Amino acid sequence: MAVRKLAPEDMQPESFVLSPETEAFADKEIAKYPSGRQASAVIALLGKAQQQAGGWLPRKAIEAVAAKLDMPVIRVMEVATFYTMFNLEPVGKYFIQFCGTTPCVLRGAGDIRKVLERRVGEQNHVSPDGTFSWLEVECLGACSNAPMVQINDDYYEDLTTENFEKLLDDLAAGRPVKTGSQIGRNRSEPHEAVNTLQDPALYDGSLVGAWRKRFDEQAKAAETAEPAAAMASIPQEVKAAKPAAGRPIESDAADTPAKRAKEGQTPINPSDQKEAADPSKATKGDSHTESGARPAPQSGKSYVASPTKDGEAVPKSPTTPEAGTPPAQAETRRDGSESKPGVTVDKDNKTS
Amino acid sequence: MAKIIVDGVEVDVPAEYTLLQAAEAAGAEVPRFCYHERLSIAGNCRMCLVEVKGAPKPVASCAWGVRDCRPGPNGEPPEISTKSPTVKKAREGVMEFLLINHPLDCPICDQGGQCDLQDQAMAYGVDTSRYHENKRAVTDKYLGPLVRTSMNRCIHCTRCVRFTAEVAGVPDLGALWRGEDMEITSYLEKALGSELQANVADLCPVGALTHKPEAFHYRPWELTKTDSVDVMDAVGSSIRVDSRGREVMRILPRVNEAVNEEWITDKTRQIVDGLRLQRLDRPFVRENGRLRPASWQEAFATIAGRVKGTDPKRIGAIVGDLAAVEEMYALKLLMESLGVTNIDARQDGSVLTPVYGRGSYLFNTTIAGIEDADAILIVGSNPRIEASLVNVRIRKRWRAAPPPIAMIGEHADLTYPYEYLGAGPETLSELAAGRHSFIEKLRGAERPLIIVGQGALSRPDGLAVLSTVAQLARDVGAVKDGWNGFSVLHTAASRVGALDLGLVPGEWGLNAQTMAQGEVDVLFNLGADEIDIASGTFVIYQGTHGDRGAHRADVILPAATYTEKSGTYVNTEGRVQLANRAAFAPGEAREDWAILRALSDVLGHRLPFDSLNALRAKLYTQYPHFAAVETVQPADGFAAIQALANIGGTLGREAFMSPVKDFYLTNPIARASGVMAECSALARELKLEAAE
Repeated sequence: MAVRKLAPEDMQPESFVLSPETEAFADKEIAKYPSGRQASAVIALLGKAQQQAGGWLPRKAIEAVAAKLDMPVIRVMEVATFYTMFNLEPVGKYFIQFCGTTPCVLRGAGDIRKVLERRVGEQNHVSPDGTFSWLEVECLGACSNAPMVQINDDYYEDLTTENFEKLLDDLAAGRPVKTGSQIGRNRSEPHEAVNTLQDPALYDGSLVGAWRKRFDEQAKAAETAEPAAAMASIPQEVKAAKPAAGRPIESDAADTPAKRAKEGQTPINPSDQKEAADPSKATKGDSHTESGARPAPQSGKSYVASPTKDGEAVPKSPTTPEAGTPPAQAETRRDGSESKPGVTVDKDNKTS
Repeated sequence: MAKIIVDGVEVDVPAEYTLLQAAEAAGAEVPRFCYHERLSIAGNCRMCLVEVKGAPKPVASCAWGVRDCRPGPNGEPPEISTKSPTVKKAREGVMEFLLINHPLDCPICDQGGQCDLQDQAMAYGVDTSRYHENKRAVTDKYLGPLVRTSMNRCIHCTRCVRFTAEVAGVPDLGALWRGEDMEITSYLEKALGSELQANVADLCPVGALTHKPEAFHYRPWELTKTDSVDVMDAVGSSIRVDSRGREVMRILPRVNEAVNEEWITDKTRQIVDGLRLQRLDRPFVRENGRLRPASWQEAFATIAGRVKGTDPKRIGAIVGDLAAVEEMYALKLLMESLGVTNIDARQDGSVLTPVYGRGSYLFNTTIAGIEDADAILIVGSNPRIEASLVNVRIRKRWRAAPPPIAMIGEHADLTYPYEYLGAGPETLSELAAGRHSFIEKLRGAERPLIIVGQGALSRPDGLAVLSTVAQLARDVGAVKDGWNGFSVLHTAASRVGALDLGLVPGEWGLNAQTMAQGEVDVLFNLGADEIDIASGTFVIYQGTHGDRGAHRADVILPAATYTEKSGTYVNTEGRVQLANRAAFAPGEAREDWAILRALSDVLGHRLPFDSLNALRAKLYTQYPHFAAVETVQPADGFAAIQALANIGGTLGREAFMSPVKDFYLTNPIARASGVMAECSALARELKLEAAE
């Protein structure tokens, strides 16, 4: 996102006039809002103007929309720069929005990206022949058919390097292409065979209440197995990440299954259990009202050590000081605290 | 009214108050960056978090109304805490986030010492940062000659954006991009087009926007602060003059709800270098066509030589726009003692005189009163450049709920829409005769306001125009019990004071225009620079700058500007205000009243006071209302409007033209200022661009 900018002056068209079609669309959009509130149509108009201008918004188009809506140009500019769907620089004839979010990456979007880099080049750049440009975007909501890309207005799903290469070839050559899944499945239906949700137990009602049984079993295991080991792994003294200095030190969350287990009780508070079993209540939701003003919403997710699994330490990162470590001992201090008298002074400041 | 408990203190506040206001009413201090009393609520800095009993997490108190709080289970008043550990921790967290991208350049930052972020980081922050990544970097923006940017420091409070859009009415600034990449800028980095733009630098809670002309010139703690009043226009904005040694370093607005709220115009603020440049610092006498430096004695002797042999009928005095009441009073006494009746303070040819009563030349509605008006007619004025802060009030009124606003005169951009009726007296007479549709709106209004400007009055048929406006005002019921909607907008700071003193030609006296045309042999010019004086007249110029008046002078008496003397000014509403001395006049220049007192001695008519206090004592006995500083003595509106309406007269045909041609260059101080010259050039460019 940080690389977004207005297209340079030499790429900007000399002028931009809303086409009759865009004008008609604009009037229809403006009519949706009460008179005097025509500015509400700004996103719709920018989108249409982008369509008219060939997939991106020249400066003159932004000004034309501002004039149409009787808005200060800077207000329209704010909207156009805020939403990443408005391209402020020219895009290729086929503008590929490549999904780089987790499900797609898990399903091989990394390979798709390599194809794009090899065939089209860097993202945000139009290929020399003007056919393609691509951009990595966040989840487009077709995770079940990952990996996928959006080219202009259509989704292309279930991509592999082979079928994606072919897709690009076909587009470049002007051959017709198939939108949607590239491996022939219908929308997001199971491909070839049904492999999931086949357990009959899912449908006979036997799973109702199963979670409680599972908790009971786990509790028994915890009671007998290793309370001692759990105790040993918890730091004896919990320290805040920063010197106390009036900062309220957060304690462990008051009532967690782990803590209860550690103390030799059942992991689930019996009262909670009773309440959860009550079918008349959807959620357990009285905690805020019963005591009125609790001193502070002390969340369980404090940044003090709260071991989750036995024996597993909080991961150490060089950049974030480890929870519980006094700041001065963190490895990568850059505030000069590591320079001592007689020791080399901060190198960056030696220029003068 | 609603009850609310703030830190255990129960207060009763209006239900529409925000929690922040309620907390302030209860005496609790809530830190804030984005919130500002006079701007819309943004709620984006999160510094004002407080704890509301029953709410799951801290809430932004600036954006949470008292009426939005739930009462307790038994109907107790809602309770908030501004001092609890949660609040303290929340503030520390917010502060830490704000400082993540804020550069540590306080030592080289102009905002250092007057920085909200600095102060609040000391009060509410923590001592160290846990942030070890690179800070965000933002390119600086060009916003014109008055506002310097250092955008790395920006904390995205958007006060500047809201000010330009809401108060100034010139939506130039915006926040482009989003999230961490958000940048405050103008469209394509054009210079700001508002005459109030420098206020954004005052509003900026950090050092992102600072005042360009005074960059790196001082530290705020080095300055001596003097409360004073502005003389650039007739609004009389409350200002604070900050000086170091004998030099004025900057001018800031003071909060004055009745006049300027807390804004001042760029001219008021950035005229500072004009106070230093082109100054007259010693007397001059013209010899063989050239001015040569002289001593005070020589100058006085030259004047005495000319005055003594001249018939009082051939002596005259003109008073300029920046004169204080004290020296005008001294001049009046001196002229009276010489037997001179040719005295005029209206160098622009305005027809206003005190004979029709004080109500005939005051902005009777008062500036704050504009907010009560429910129909506004502007005649022959462009308030945006003649009195920008009056225009801000009209805009504020328009924003609250648009009243019908109409204009007869120049079709200028006033930052709010209005109905344009016509350009000149013809439209006015049509309206007065009831042949224009807008008359219905004026008649239907409860409190109609008619503003008549100098563009309609500084002309040969001015009296007839004034009379027509008065008839109109009378007909639509603009003057009634509890409401006086007949308002004259002045452009000169000295004018109302001069009219109060009666500085208009006496019996058989000549007016300023006639005097300037060579009808007098000796002309005493008290700082009048906007008038051309014909050759042949012996001109004594008492003023501060080497401007038009000084060039035409035969004897120059160097005087003090408004920051260098204690003087009384009366603004367009008739509000008496005191300017105080912040620095001393340069060289041999003296305070104006003292010069006149010394001159009177040489002329053999010694004025009866030896000190400013003695002068004021005498002034206050003769004109008691000058003693009521900071207040407006309401004038008798009925009598004035009746008297004016009865004048009648024939209207001319020429269109009304605003007397202010260039907002930035209206007086000698402004013309001496380099910053004003730059602004003026830029404004001309923008005008040309807009015309294309």
